[in-house]
Amino acid sequence: MYDLLLGPFELGFMRRALAGCLALAVAGPPLGVFLVLRRMSLMSDVLQHGVLPGIALGAAVAGLSVWAMGLGGILAGLAVALLAGWLSRNTNGREDSQFAGIYLIALAIGVTIVSLQRGIDLTHLLFGSVLSVDDTALYCMAGVTTIVLPVLAVLWRPLIMESLDPGFTAATGGGGGLSHLVFLALVVLCVVSGFVALGTLMSVGLMMLPAIAARHWSLSLSGQIRSSVALAVLASVFGLLVSYHIEIPAGPAIVLTAGALWFVSLALEQGGIIPFGRSAA
Amino acid sequence: MVTASAIQLEGVTLRHGLRDAVRSVSGCFAPGGLTAIVGPNGAGKSTLIRALVGLQPLAAGRIDRGGMAAGDIALLPQGSELDRDFPIACADVVALGFTRRLGSFRGISARQRSAVDDALAAVGLPDHGGRPIGHLSAGQFQRVLFARMMLRDCPVLLLDEPFSAVDTTTACDLLAIVKTWHQRGQTVVVVLHDLDLVRDVFPETLLMAQKAIAWGPTAQALTDHNLHHAGLFHMAWACTSRRHAA
Repeated sequence: MYDLLLGPFELGFMRRALAGCLALAVAGPPLGVFLVLRRMSLMSDVLQHGVLPGIALGAAVAGLSVWAMGLGGILAGLAVALLAGWLSRNTNGREDSQFAGIYLIALAIGVTIVSLQRGIDLTHLLFGSVLSVDDTALYCMAGVTTIVLPVLAVLWRPLIMESLDPGFTAATGGGGGLSHLVFLALVVLCVVSGFVALGTLMSVGLMMLPAIAARHWSLSLSGQIRSSVALAVLASVFGLLVSYHIEIPAGPAIVLTAGALWFVSLALEQGGIIPFGRSAA
Repeated sequence: MVTASAIQLEGVTLRHGLRDAVRSVSGCFAPGGLTAIVGPNGAGKSTLIRALVGLQPLAAGRIDRGGMAAGDIALLPQGSELDRDFPIACADVVALGFTRRLGSFRGISARQRSAVDDALAAVGLPDHGGRPIGHLSAGQFQRVLFARMMLRDCPVLLLDEPFSAVDTTTACDLLAIVKTWHQRGQTVVVVLHDLDLVRDVFPETLLMAQKAIAWGPTAQALTDHNLHHAGLFHMAWACTSRRHAA
């Protein structure tokens, strides 16, 4: 039992990975809850693909430095977020199809840049590797969490207002546009900070799946945020263990665990075992 | 509360894309007046009241709010954009009425909390403060929006078809609230379809079909001739036949 659950964390790289993932598990899911509430889940897809060209460019310019890749990822993510926002405001096309268009292009650009370089392992970039969580990566993840949580707290009321009733917010001068932009920047930060451990394609999983599952656990916003963090912490711990024991990359392992927790939440609520879920009343 | 002043419209023209939604409307909403806006679908009624709160840019003309800011005018849009799936309690939605006074960061005082409870009681939903909005019926939800509007404490209140999606009891209760606003001296403008209700309750009427067909005392505005002119043929006919029957 000890070997199964605690033994792996005696290894330094597993402890690092766990610390990094826990930092992400605290910062990401609250943002994910807002993305779900604003029916912007697809935006997370756009961003996770959108950061890839930036990360790849960073790697091409400065090698596998976390700073260069992170900065490139953040810039690319912000650019894609602004582009997506601009497209949905200023064209009559369907927003979802445009988002799909953006992330397909971004993914192709990213893979192209990576394949032009020798010596970058595409699998690591896309799906992450716990072995590559070094001190710098750990500081980045913790730093992002340290930024995200206080900013989210400051943004709390404008963000709820803008998500709940954008028309009313505009009419009362609530500054909805600014809070929306800052919020997207936080999402970009979280997506980028997760890529070292989880990979660009998987880091959003730890943000979105617990947030989606949290809707089955509580009717209040703060309750949903608390449950999403709890689920993400569980997914991190057990996902890393799965990854260690059956030797698959950490990203997919954590995301699959989070996915399993989602189905369990759904089943528990449908079975009436969670008393205060959405369908209860 | 800022006292209501007149809202003057001079040649107001509003566009949706290239199409004129409202063409050269001039007139005045008197302070403390109770006005109905009536007209066929697509007559530009909603567009006009959106322009009064500054949400619709003017293509031509002028709106003089007489010293009031656009934010002093509260609008309850039809089919509000409010997301009814959002996990939030009624009391919190009503408290949003304090937005202009609290801004993004200031806390809600105990007095404001009890004002929220009073407003919920006034719209017939006492003890509903803790309920999630997702559990309300359409009628109860409209009552919550009325409570939020009361707390905004604006001198001018605009309502876009507030009774169209609610049951009769709710419509009666909400109409009573509209009357109390009028009695308190607030300027109230309501977009409506029910001409009988307009004749019974509203002293002033703006009848429009892109242009203002008539604007003045209700009895003079809603003549058969004017209704025909506005394209409300069936309504004119219905009124005439009812009068014949009587």
